[in-house]
Amino acid sequence: MERFSGLSLLRHAFGGHQGWKPFWREPAPKAAYDAVIVGGGGHGIGAAYYLAKEHGLRNIAVLEKGWLGGGNTGRNTTIIRSNYLFPESAALYNHALKLWETLSETLNYNTMYSPRGVLMLAHTVHDVQVFRRHVHANRAAGVDNEWLDAAQCKAFCPPLNISDNIRYPVVGGALQRRGGTARHDAVVWGYARAADAMGVDIIQNCGVTGIRRNAAGAVEGVETERGFIATPKVGVSAAGNTSVVMAMAGLRMPLESYPLQALVSEPVKPDFPCVVMSNTVHAYISQSDKGEMVIGAGTDAYTSYTQRGAMHIASHTLDAICELFPAYRRLRMLRSWGGIVDTTPDRSPIIGKTPVPGLYVNCGWGTGGFKATPGSAHVFAHTIARDEPHPINAPFSLERFRTGRFIDEAAAAAVAH
Amino acid sequence: MSDAFRTASGGRIDRARRLAFTFDGRALTGFAGDTLASALIANGVHLVGRSFKYHRPRGIMSAGSDEPNALVTVIRDRARQAPNLRATQVEIYEGLTAISQNRWPSLDFDIGGINDRVSPLLPAGFYYKTFMWPRGFWEKVYEPRIRAAAGLGRVPEGPDPDRYLQRNAHCEVLVIGSGPAGLAAALAAAESGGRVILCDEQNEMGGSLIADHTSSIAGKPAAVWVAETLAQLTAMPRVTLLPRTTAFGYYPHNHLGLVERVTDHLATPDPGQPRERLWQVRAKEVVLASGAIERPLTFPDNDRPGIMLADAAHAYVTRYGAIPGGRAVLATANDSGYRAALALHEAGVEIAAVADLRQAPSGDWLDAARRAGLLVETGATVTGTTGRMRLASVSLARVDGEGGVGGTREIGCDLLLMAGGWTPSVHLFSQSLGKLRFDETLQAYVPGAAPQRIRVAGAAAGIYDLGSALDSGFSAGAAAAGGDGKRNFVVVAAAADTGSVLGSLPHDRDPTKVRAFVDFQNDSTAKDLKLAVREGFRSVEHVKRYTTTGMATDQGKTSNMPMLGILSEAQGKTIPEVGFTTFRPPYTPTTFGNFAGTARGEQFDPVRRTPTHAWAVSQGAVFEDVGLWKRARYFPQRGEDMHAAVLRECRAVRAGVGIFDGSTLGKIEVVGPDAAEFMNRMYVNPWTKLGTGRCRYGIMLREDGFVMDDGVVGRLAPDRFHVTTTTGGAAAVLNMMEDYLQTEWPDLRVWLTSATEQWAVIAVQGPAARAVLEPLVEGIDLSAVALPHMALAEGTICGVPTRLFRVSFTGELGFEINVPSDYGQAVWEAVYAAGIPHGITPYGTESMHVLRAEKGFIIVGQETDGTVTPDDAGLTWAVGKAKPDFVGKRSLSRSGMMDANRKQLVGLMSADNVTVLEEGVQIVADPNQPVPMSVLGHVTSSYLSPSLGHPIALALLAGGRARHGETLHVPMPGGRSIAVQVVPPVFYDPEGTRLNG
Amino acid sequence: MLLIPCPYCGERPELEFRYGGQAHIARPENPAALSEEDWAGFLYMRDNEKGVHAERWRHVHGCARFFNVVRDTTTDRILGSYKAGETRPETLR
Repeated sequence: MERFSGLSLLRHAFGGHQGWKPFWREPAPKAAYDAVIVGGGGHGIGAAYYLAKEHGLRNIAVLEKGWLGGGNTGRNTTIIRSNYLFPESAALYNHALKLWETLSETLNYNTMYSPRGVLMLAHTVHDVQVFRRHVHANRAAGVDNEWLDAAQCKAFCPPLNISDNIRYPVVGGALQRRGGTARHDAVVWGYARAADAMGVDIIQNCGVTGIRRNAAGAVEGVETERGFIATPKVGVSAAGNTSVVMAMAGLRMPLESYPLQALVSEPVKPDFPCVVMSNTVHAYISQSDKGEMVIGAGTDAYTSYTQRGAMHIASHTLDAICELFPAYRRLRMLRSWGGIVDTTPDRSPIIGKTPVPGLYVNCGWGTGGFKATPGSAHVFAHTIARDEPHPINAPFSLERFRTGRFIDEAAAAAVAH
Repeated sequence: MSDAFRTASGGRIDRARRLAFTFDGRALTGFAGDTLASALIANGVHLVGRSFKYHRPRGIMSAGSDEPNALVTVIRDRARQAPNLRATQVEIYEGLTAISQNRWPSLDFDIGGINDRVSPLLPAGFYYKTFMWPRGFWEKVYEPRIRAAAGLGRVPEGPDPDRYLQRNAHCEVLVIGSGPAGLAAALAAAESGGRVILCDEQNEMGGSLIADHTSSIAGKPAAVWVAETLAQLTAMPRVTLLPRTTAFGYYPHNHLGLVERVTDHLATPDPGQPRERLWQVRAKEVVLASGAIERPLTFPDNDRPGIMLADAAHAYVTRYGAIPGGRAVLATANDSGYRAALALHEAGVEIAAVADLRQAPSGDWLDAARRAGLLVETGATVTGTTGRMRLASVSLARVDGEGGVGGTREIGCDLLLMAGGWTPSVHLFSQSLGKLRFDETLQAYVPGAAPQRIRVAGAAAGIYDLGSALDSGFSAGAAAAGGDGKRNFVVVAAAADTGSVLGSLPHDRDPTKVRAFVDFQNDSTAKDLKLAVREGFRSVEHVKRYTTTGMATDQGKTSNMPMLGILSEAQGKTIPEVGFTTFRPPYTPTTFGNFAGTARGEQFDPVRRTPTHAWAVSQGAVFEDVGLWKRARYFPQRGEDMHAAVLRECRAVRAGVGIFDGSTLGKIEVVGPDAAEFMNRMYVNPWTKLGTGRCRYGIMLREDGFVMDDGVVGRLAPDRFHVTTTTGGAAAVLNMMEDYLQTEWPDLRVWLTSATEQWAVIAVQGPAARAVLEPLVEGIDLSAVALPHMALAEGTICGVPTRLFRVSFTGELGFEINVPSDYGQAVWEAVYAAGIPHGITPYGTESMHVLRAEKGFIIVGQETDGTVTPDDAGLTWAVGKAKPDFVGKRSLSRSGMMDANRKQLVGLMSADNVTVLEEGVQIVADPNQPVPMSVLGHVTSSYLSPSLGHPIALALLAGGRARHGETLHVPMPGGRSIAVQVVPPVFYDPEGTRLNG
Repeated sequence: MLLIPCPYCGERPELEFRYGGQAHIARPENPAALSEEDWAGFLYMRDNEKGVHAERWRHVHGCARFFNVVRDTTTDRILGSYKAGETRPETLR
């Protein structure tokens, strides 16, 4: 793998940039692999990377029905934070956050992790109680999170309107300084390039159409648009299509798939220094390096696979943005889009084994999957390689829906997360 | 006030109305009817902006919403700044102030232009390969610089004072676009008598016909036909014409978003008018007649000011009378370019050369050009240009049959017209989830199968010929309205041709050195696209993201198809094999204010106020938001903070009597012969044996066994229950009850009615409560024997019918008076007056919370959080053990729910009996353990108890009930920790003698 | 915003309704008799159909009735609706 740097750029500039090599090969599927990952998003390709790097599994493939990172990885608002309430969640997201901090160097690809701080606004007495609980819980979990009063919020985010003549005035906020954003495409491309260099076959335009099981019920391979591929291990990491893929192995999942919309403004000069989230009024905003205000909306009311949603959902979010940042009323929506989020009953992900031997699943991230990408990929690879969960993802089993051992971040916060 | 660059006459401008405006501080004039772009051209101004990445000098490329270059900020005042507007769409008015963007210190001299000099170091995606060393520099050093260089205009300096309104509309047929196809469609649809809406993004309707003074329709000049048609449509009462209105979004079930720009074109807007208006249209049928966009050509240095789309130049001359240059060259792949060249020629522009990219073109337009004496070169190509701030010359060459390029010659000129063929505007069709189909003849994507009720006509469907466009529009309009009308329009117009070019023009220069721009705003070049392909990107989505092609503020209107052409060449694939990117709303950038509309301040969300709200305001109450409700939190007296007020209020309740507004509690009347059975199934409690006139504390679970809601339920009659819910839970509880009743147990004869708004609830609590109420109540014996704790009776109070509950959430003797809401304030005031001799004290939610915490009563949402079972909350006593089933029962016996180590409700006392714990703090056994700590639980409520004089807290603690007496610890910041003792959760009057008093 | 055909009131905009998830998941007659596995199946497991999907809606700001809608989740096109308690018509399969 060629080492990327300012120097390599300079060297190639002299050659008119004719000498750059493909980031990854275009291999034809082999007849058999030691493991197959279904889904070429950040979580899937990341898992392949860690399988190759940390578990020595290099005869493996990632099968992507479209293009790499074309699902939720390339459709989210790239917020990264780990200030979750329950110890299980904090451990998972903080594992990811630690990997984010060195990911560019690890992959030799600039993933642009930018810890500009994620500020979560409180508007009611109840919000304050919830966020203070978070701050204390996070401190015990070793996750940075601090309480700011309204004036401190304003100092941290100058465009914020903290006047009390709005319907739900800002009364304070919880700030995670290590939180921030990263460049979503770069994560996928960086992982793909590094995984490919270790021999992982990354195969695009190769939809999986079936999961073949032997007499004992264990996985023996996948049927694809490009033929049968034998493999004893299949890791499904197909957000937005999990139920469809799992049904190929005869499994019903505790998932419902909803549209989630996001939008950007036209680019403007730097104005917004951090990430602000308000679950109470449904506003999520940051400014990209390019200058676009990146805004996330809530999910639509009904399940859908159309990757689009209704206007009133986006409008509702812009109501809140315009109240919190009243100068932004004159900004203009440049582009809006939708993803498909698989949501679980307790709004926490499922990462682990399944009742089918050799079949593993990583799904149910709802609206929060991007931030977990490296951590999720890392523990998912562990689970596939060892046929047992990593201690970090053990609580996130499919089992918990039988026993009732929920990790209910949404209910605990009484908000979407 | 030179009009050197104006035609002598003609066009749609009003030469009698001269308007003054400024651009970058320079005073200029134009005419009414001008856009900023046409006025600048008429003033000879061609340098208008700087590109995004390389800060290249840029001019005006188009005459419409596809403009990538000429972006400006229009400033009315400090707060009324609008960044990133297209000069080609800004209508000038007297006093208009516009400035250029993305340049410093000035448009002529821009430091950012250094990027252009080092552009070899900045190929597509350079930032993915660099800025990684040293770690930490990305955020602190590199990123801030990249961000400062990026962005275009600036955010306005202050809250937007303008208003935005929204309007819902329904129609049988919505016609988008008022060119020939759209007008014909509207005519046909209107003839059916249905409601028709015709919208167009331009200020004037007519589309391509506005600038067309060579064609005729039905024997009349095109402009006359347009005027007559519009007059005819205007006269029809069920037709709505919306100029300056962009259909930007196509949502499910034919729901469309349109934005009407109401005042931006006016010098002094009427303050009664909104700036813009969002139309949400539900259309039975849609006819899309959005026309087509001309393609630029991809050749080296194709981005200089003075290089313009041919059709745009045509519009500037014929529609605006603005002359875009003195000496022009036309590079064209089709006949329509000739129309522009001839119009310019007529206007006195010297046409130095016509470079026809086709090897052997022929036809009427060529003949006309030759007749006019234009020099036409066929099989030509453009290999480069010169001129930094304005085009100075163009290099033309010949392409031989094998694609060899030679015979280059340089022609001095200040205007280069590009005519690369047409791209149908299928954006909204694609948004509707319609499938696109590549038409090999047209070399363009055209509409295919449509899943929604949409028809496409005219150029948007690839039908360029005027007569056919009119015919197609008419048929589409008639069919949309449910008819089958056809009309053959008699037109005299030049035949349309389909010539077009995709991909780069051939040239003989070093391809690694030259830059041929594809996305002009984002500065992505043919070279960048090829680099992406070289680096292994195959999907067009990848190439788009890697090179940012098509992601600028024009969203690829002029760059998408050239990109596909270049990718097709670079990958050796056909265009359909290359694929295309999905179109998404909005069609053009749409102001946030439109979506927010009037949802600001109090209008942001409905406000629910209780019947005593005004009284509480008059008493100086401080309110809190609970859901949509405003609730009085405390009633401070002079100089009191919340703490002091709460202390006083709580003491008053314990010592005398307090009055509290509980009206926000949800109320549901459950009525019917099977009401008790229904309650048995919905709540954990047993209800069968609850006597009439008695109450019970009810707990409702979700089917998964976790506490969902609670509240006191009174039985008014064998078949009638008065159910109360939490303030926030009312709607969800009723919805869940209705769900089970309607879908699981439709056989039960039960009816549910929300009564939250019907009853005002006045809680009177404290030892003196009975004494206060007795004189006011008729028909109810308030004595402890007749009306014991958890009893209810109906009668009157102050002459008003009441349901009087003997209940207590404070631990004191207490009553909750339910009266019809309209009497709420009157009864409240009467009770208050009667209580004055007893020192009656109004108290708010904060004191209510403290008083109940002293008694160990939980609040759903504070002690519970969606993961708490009745047993966790210490409420097992309430569960009807004998009941075979109730909602959530089965879930309670799941293995994870029976774990002895579940978190259970306990009381906590600070070991020093002084420190008030913060709510939300964590509880651990060993405060000195390393992080991450093993946490046993957390504090849910914590107060300094006014009644006991020491701190109290409620907590959820792992295996808590078995830990009474243990000392645990609360870690605090800075390594400090607080020792706490685990105690039972009832701190005050555990025997309940006071509330039974 | 969807246009939802309430079988009692006719087509109304989505804002008047509340979504109710997959249709035809009946609460077991005797939950106590179910294994943990089967109970979890009832509580949580869903078809999450990519394609034609029978789902519940409630006309909460209208007639307040629950009813079933058949919708294609790949296009959001609604094929039809019918009352709660009725079996899914053959024409809506």
